[in-house]
Amino acid sequence: MTTAEQHRREQQVLERIDQARRRRPKIKEERITLAHGSGGKATHTLIEALFLPAFSNPLLAPLEDQAIFTINGTRLALTTDSYVVSPLFFPGGDIGELAVNGTVNDLAVGGARPLYLTAGFVLEEGFPITDLQTIVSSMASAAAAAGVQIVTGDTKVVERGKADGCYINTAGIGVLDRPVSLSAARARPGDAVLVSGPIGDHGVTIMLARGELDIEADVISDTAPLADLIGGLLDACDGVRCLRDATRGGVATILNEVAAASDVAVVVNEATIPVRTEVRGACEILGIDPLYVACEGRLVAVVDGAQADAALAALRSHPLGADAAIIGSIKQDPPSLVLLKTEFGGTRIVDMLIGDPLPRIC
Amino acid sequence: MRYVDEYRDAEKAQALAAQIAALCEPGRQYKFMEVCGGHTHTIYKHGIEDYLPESITLIHGPGCPVCVIPMGRVDDAIAIAEQPDVIMTSFGDMMRVPGSTKSFFDSKAINADMRMVYSPLDSLKIARTNPDKHVVFMAIGFETTAPSTAMTMIRASAEGIDNFSVFCNHVTIIPAMKAILESPDLRLDGFIGPGHVSTVIGCQPYEFVAAEYNKPVVVAGFEPLDILQSIYMLMVQIADGRCEVENQYSRVVPWDGNIKALQVIAETMELRPYFEWRGLGFISHSALRVREEYARYDAERIFAVPGVRVADPKACQCGEVLKGVLKPWECKVFGTACTPETPIGTCMVSPEGACAAYYNFGRFTRERVKEATRT
Repeated sequence: MTTAEQHRREQQVLERIDQARRRRPKIKEERITLAHGSGGKATHTLIEALFLPAFSNPLLAPLEDQAIFTINGTRLALTTDSYVVSPLFFPGGDIGELAVNGTVNDLAVGGARPLYLTAGFVLEEGFPITDLQTIVSSMASAAAAAGVQIVTGDTKVVERGKADGCYINTAGIGVLDRPVSLSAARARPGDAVLVSGPIGDHGVTIMLARGELDIEADVISDTAPLADLIGGLLDACDGVRCLRDATRGGVATILNEVAAASDVAVVVNEATIPVRTEVRGACEILGIDPLYVACEGRLVAVVDGAQADAALAALRSHPLGADAAIIGSIKQDPPSLVLLKTEFGGTRIVDMLIGDPLPRIC
Repeated sequence: MRYVDEYRDAEKAQALAAQIAALCEPGRQYKFMEVCGGHTHTIYKHGIEDYLPESITLIHGPGCPVCVIPMGRVDDAIAIAEQPDVIMTSFGDMMRVPGSTKSFFDSKAINADMRMVYSPLDSLKIARTNPDKHVVFMAIGFETTAPSTAMTMIRASAEGIDNFSVFCNHVTIIPAMKAILESPDLRLDGFIGPGHVSTVIGCQPYEFVAAEYNKPVVVAGFEPLDILQSIYMLMVQIADGRCEVENQYSRVVPWDGNIKALQVIAETMELRPYFEWRGLGFISHSALRVREEYARYDAERIFAVPGVRVADPKACQCGEVLKGVLKPWECKVFGTACTPETPIGTCMVSPEGACAAYYNFGRFTRERVKEATRT
């Protein structure tokens, strides 16, 4: 076979794969595995093949981090999230702080001002009250810091062994003061991609906090409420297309969602992605790509390319965005793909996360 | 970051790429096999092929330890795991490898206690803290990981731990390379030799490749510049008309290997008369089993396993891919029925597998990507 013939055949195969990937996902497993909770491909399959058809409605369909709807002329955002992180306490935070910040951030990335949260606790028989006190008190501080109130809640206790200490669910409601419409489907060729700071801190912190790896590093969770940072960004730029906080599945997963929803290519320059040396070192040792490691206080922003510098300046003017960086751009072709220009000077794909390098990160 | 950045220097890569290109004879095609899956992963992860001229093709070899495990062995491991009071442990890569009906992950979702470990010593730790359970370590890998399995058995014996055993699937690299060299459908110009395996066995065992099969071998490290330099060294050998075993990875690989590591392997394990390799079939003296002296740590002797040979799925062409006869995308089910999410063959499971590496990192045509990444 000649080289040209090889290229032609390879192209045909790639097109066939492309078609296969565009088919509606089907659940092939008979049971839930941990991969279904990873935030990667299996989670998406579960949502698109099971939840989405069952609950089918136009508010759910865009699969954003929150639903946005109008009541009596007021645009509201609604979201919910459950927290099962292990360990419950880790350097830089605990499950309580995570449960407030995570839900606040899911509202904020829709452009909403978070207002009220609910809190549901699933507690295991035997769980120390002092631990619960610590968790609840950090929820209270986190809520105060984010300017939200926890206004209703629920408590359930299950038998010993039926839960791992404490699980928390929070739901949140917020109001959209600005006429913005942010969505993963709004990225256009020419747009710029930014992150608000070093990536992967939270995931690596949790991994090391479990103490299973005998690695020590000076790194703490990045959990933080992003509403204030986002407010500043939205005030400075009217060309913000999409905001996401890079939680499970990391920055790579967010970029894949943008590429798929907007049918564009996302091209990222590895050398410009901020990663702390400690995080990079731990990832090198463990063979994990920091692009897939969870953050709990980092924003991924897609903005009009003409406003990239203004957006960067706006992010950097806030303490939570001091190390923000422009990491890439949106192109027309190849659609639905995230490409990485490697630091070494080569190129590769960054696909959705398969499997799960580390369950129960949040 | 020290010990990383200096091996990923783009300027040095460009200089090496120019030297490699200058050595290419016009009209000649070069095919080099990287034997080790770790190399395959590096090649795709850093986009090394972008630096190579069209006339150089890299063929991905059989050195991914997960990829060569036949289905029957996965079934046996799951059968052990599903017995009462057993905790099965293995490296993360094993968890999604499909057996004939299910993977470790699927079995875990039903009821088996499957745990991922980073080292067999972690399995021993689990055994110590769970004295009422029996902890099995599913040992996989070439000579690279065999010493740690061996050390774990030695330590278990010294501590008198008796609720721990090894389901041994260690394989040896040289018989696999011989099988590749004997394969009639493949024409290679040289080997990028496996670096990690060679830290244990050294470079001497590859000398037959140069002497009897007239193929140069360069034992290579795992950073992208290591691989480019190894390709350069192979090209220089070809240009000089030489055919030798050279060591690019001398910062880690001693020519004679790690004598102590070889000793602990020899103390605890011995060659099997034959072992089935996924896609390559039965190869004699190509794998290790636990020695009689350590029988109390041999899961194969402790548990009754089905031991049934399971033929690879018909559609799966892992064998041809492992031998380098087919490129991953040339397999009939690649990327459609067989994806990393729902793998049919083992090459699609491990990040070191040729198919998974190509699917995850390299599934695009160079021209379109060049256009997209142009700044």
